[in-house]
Amino acid sequence: MRINCPYCGPRGNEEFAYLGDATVRRPDPAAEDAAAQFYEYVYLRDNPAGSHRELWYHGGGCRSWLVVTRNIRTHEISDVAFADAGDKP
Amino acid sequence: MSGTHRLQSGGLIDRGKPLSFSFDCESHAGFAGDTLASALVANGVKLVGRSFKYHRPRGIFTAGSEEPNALVELRGGVRREPNTRATVTELYDGLIAASQNRWPSLRHDIGAVNDRLSRFLVAGFYYKTFMWPAKFWELLYEPLIRRAAGLGRAAGAEDPDIYEKAFAHCDVLVIGAGPAGLMATLAAGRTGARVILADEDFRLGGRLLAERCEIGGRPAVDWVAEIEAELAAMPDVRIMRRTAVTGVYDHGQYSAIERVNDHVATPPEHEPRQRSWKIVAKRAVLAAGAHERAIAFGNNDRPGVMLAGAARTYVNRFAAAPGRRLAVFTNNDDGPRTAADAREAGIEVAAVIDSRTGARVTRVRGRHGVRLIDVADADGRTSTIECDALAVSGGWNPAVHLTCHLGGKPVWNDEIAAFVPGALPPGMTVAGAAAGALTLARCLGGGMTAGVTAAAACGFAIAAITQPRADDEGAAVTAMWHVKDSRGKAFVDLQNDVTTKDVALATQEGFGSVEHLKRYTTLGMATDQGKTANVLGLAILAQASARAIPQVGTTTYRPPYVPVSFGAMAGHHRGRDFRPTRLPPSHAWATEQGAVFVEAGAWLRAQYYPRAGEADWLKTVNREVAATRAHVGVCDVSTLGKIEIEGANAGVFLDRVYANTFSTLPVGKARYGLMLREDGFVMDDGTASRLAPERFFMTTTTAQAVRVMQHLEFCHQVLWPALDVQMVSVSEQWAQFSIAGPRSRDVLAKLVDADLGDAAFPHLGCREVTACGVAARLFRLSFSGELAYELAVPARHGDATIRAIMAAGAEFGITPYGTEALGVMRIEKGHVAGNEINGQLTARDLGLGRMMSTKKDFVGRVMAQRPALLDPERPALVGFKPVDGARRLRAGAHFLKIGAGATAENDEGYMTSVAYSPMVKSWIGLGVLRRGPERIGERVRAYDPVRNGDVEVEVTSPIFVDPEGARLHG
Ligand SMILES: [Zn+2]
Repeated sequence: MRINCPYCGPRGNEEFAYLGDATVRRPDPAAEDAAAQFYEYVYLRDNPAGSHRELWYHGGGCRSWLVVTRNIRTHEISDVAFADAGDKP
Repeated sequence: MSGTHRLQSGGLIDRGKPLSFSFDCESHAGFAGDTLASALVANGVKLVGRSFKYHRPRGIFTAGSEEPNALVELRGGVRREPNTRATVTELYDGLIAASQNRWPSLRHDIGAVNDRLSRFLVAGFYYKTFMWPAKFWELLYEPLIRRAAGLGRAAGAEDPDIYEKAFAHCDVLVIGAGPAGLMATLAAGRTGARVILADEDFRLGGRLLAERCEIGGRPAVDWVAEIEAELAAMPDVRIMRRTAVTGVYDHGQYSAIERVNDHVATPPEHEPRQRSWKIVAKRAVLAAGAHERAIAFGNNDRPGVMLAGAARTYVNRFAAAPGRRLAVFTNNDDGPRTAADAREAGIEVAAVIDSRTGARVTRVRGRHGVRLIDVADADGRTSTIECDALAVSGGWNPAVHLTCHLGGKPVWNDEIAAFVPGALPPGMTVAGAAAGALTLARCLGGGMTAGVTAAAACGFAIAAITQPRADDEGAAVTAMWHVKDSRGKAFVDLQNDVTTKDVALATQEGFGSVEHLKRYTTLGMATDQGKTANVLGLAILAQASARAIPQVGTTTYRPPYVPVSFGAMAGHHRGRDFRPTRLPPSHAWATEQGAVFVEAGAWLRAQYYPRAGEADWLKTVNREVAATRAHVGVCDVSTLGKIEIEGANAGVFLDRVYANTFSTLPVGKARYGLMLREDGFVMDDGTASRLAPERFFMTTTTAQAVRVMQHLEFCHQVLWPALDVQMVSVSEQWAQFSIAGPRSRDVLAKLVDADLGDAAFPHLGCREVTACGVAARLFRLSFSGELAYELAVPARHGDATIRAIMAAGAEFGITPYGTEALGVMRIEKGHVAGNEINGQLTARDLGLGRMMSTKKDFVGRVMAQRPALLDPERPALVGFKPVDGARRLRAGAHFLKIGAGATAENDEGYMTSVAYSPMVKSWIGLGVLRRGPERIGERVRAYDPVRNGDVEVEVTSPIFVDPEGARLHG
């Protein structure tokens, strides 16, 4: 695969490390049910047959964490964005 | 000298350059431009090998990379290469080749008895015969099969040649340099696009080299030469000969193998034998042509039976006659064409048996070469024809392979009775015969259109180009797969010895799915991947199961398209160069000292520094430990991961990534830090020092340096992007030396310009200093439990610094120590390291539970509180000493209660690290034991069945030396 890093341009996937689902959010550790929420956050993942937002790390390049929107059936990548450019606090 | 079967004129061989070669120790002559196969044909050599299973005599079947039969051992000695296809081996002077899978000789092969036993060797024979008893596999069946089956022999010694990897980028990749590929390249090249043209042959032209045809009113080879010249003059067109594209990968990536120097005996100095390419292309035009397929009839594998297209290649391109009297068996218009070409070359044509008239060949006679063929006509009349070669054409299969590598399925086309490409990989178009356009004019037109379209898709304006004039020769075909009234074995897959009977048997036994058929009969599973066999096999399966071919479907085509050598896959990554070796800054100095080195991850570290007269490594390590604890020692610890962390929120950030607190750390102080994974288990440990209010310097373990950096970036960019913090790895930038022992302060006082007194620079102090005239950092950190410092200097000063430390320490008896002594001293002090931070243990398990702050959140905090992880029954860290002080301990031993059986239920934990302690004067160990800290003084068994170890040990505190920590303060 090739990933179009917004900083470096298109690069081979051997430069990247894969983490997984980019949609999960680290829960509020002070929440009443933090234990249950963290259990879900750490272990439970959906496995959609189709579009998937996932985290990739450009360790062999600019060291950016990226959110890559990839179709898991076809490997088609429709969007690549910096992880810290999104809807974060 | 020119060969008994060499035609007097014609061909694309250079008769001015004669070459000599040998096959099975017999000398032959050929010309430049020959392949090994064409030279063998020209010399009348028909028998070239024995088949895989039945050891049947075999000859040359094709003229290309799809060859199933003519596999030879090429070259000799350490360069011997088994299973080399003679059809793609360029002839060179002095070439040596030998037939394989025969003993004692090709003509008299003992293994041929398998042919007579063939009723026992049918499809599924391995499964049926060797089911029971299981131990017979190892003792009898496997050695037996290995001796009887198989092909060539590997060289058995290291390959002396170089293989390399290379990368290329282009707008348009054209795969195949036949008429379609050349037109596509020309059309795309003229637009100014960057084009790569790759072809597995050593000469451009594809089938144009093998057929008598005209383009634009001139011989096709002249047209090829003209196009080749124009392409060669285009600065952005790269022609890659001898380069087979082997795989298609996501997002326009292609693998290719360039056989750079397979056409010479020995590659020139510094040149590779083969080069493995990764080509990135915006668009690709697949113009890979088509493979001719056989027809199944009795003894259709005899030497002298050859595909008709191959026969024309040998006649027209190589001026080599497959026989003196040729018969042709065909189901399409290539049959008459083959006969015409043969006659034109002066070869007698015995008969053209065209199945479209109802005629067929029922049997070939002649064991080591065709002598006679039995023929039946539509009315069932039989006759026998004398001939010494038989050209067979069962129609053409477009080379759809590369269109399937990303999951595309070929679709059946009734007109040409073959599969054509279905859904294509993104960015790929198919032109010419590969697309099912089997005639010359359609190849030229399709190639031109594909080239123009591909370049336009890359943004290049269309340039002037016209399609040259050529004829659409006859290409009509009526499918004919299997001569039902055959006598003798009728082969489907020549390389794996699969017959029509095997296919029928598989169907009968319920293996009617195409994927089952493949695995049960091994059809298409040889190194040729069934290029001449698969579709024939499917068709016979369809007939046997009364289905249509499209219902049967095809098996999955996977990379590589042609066999790839392990050398090319490995490239330079072999032996010592398998991966880069990282050398610490003191490496040159340590080498001078005669250090013994050990691989630690990617690093080569000094393990110990033996001195003359020291009988073994243990003596050396004991001396290094004793000298350090008594006087002073020095160790290169530059391999630690080092990360500079800056920003207004740097302290807060460290609070979140470490289990303990750093925001309260004063400037000028260092602290031990424990890092957890979010699942609550320990990830790494190290130190962080506060150099300024907004600036920290972190160290990680050597092994986890890369992973910790990635984790910190994740925490910053993904979890808490709002924090004002930046970080950079400086592992390569700093050389760092640990100077440990009671005299370490005295040594450092001679090297740095700072007050090192306990008050000015206490334990866990850090500061920027000048050492030996360079800006340096000094940390008072101890892994050994001694008064100790770590001195960091810019890496380029590392070599000078170790020499300065040694010079300054000479009067105090300074001793360099390696990773072994380092390990001994940390085990003596009960410090955890990689063996304990194994991903399965928590901070509590390691006795570090109190480091987990209760005043703040941090990665791993919530999950570390899971009830199972708080269970007091969990094994926890303690020390161990053998009851009999002379016994040796081994890491990996499991703990059992005295008297308990060695069963998994009785397992109470395991030993993580051991060392011989010169302080304790026995072996000592660290390990985790169920409720360990409550069991100090108890005796347990350290049971190690793998190495026959069974030692009674006493549970102790994990701190063996100086439990009060008095030595830290010197
Ligand atoms: Zn990047």
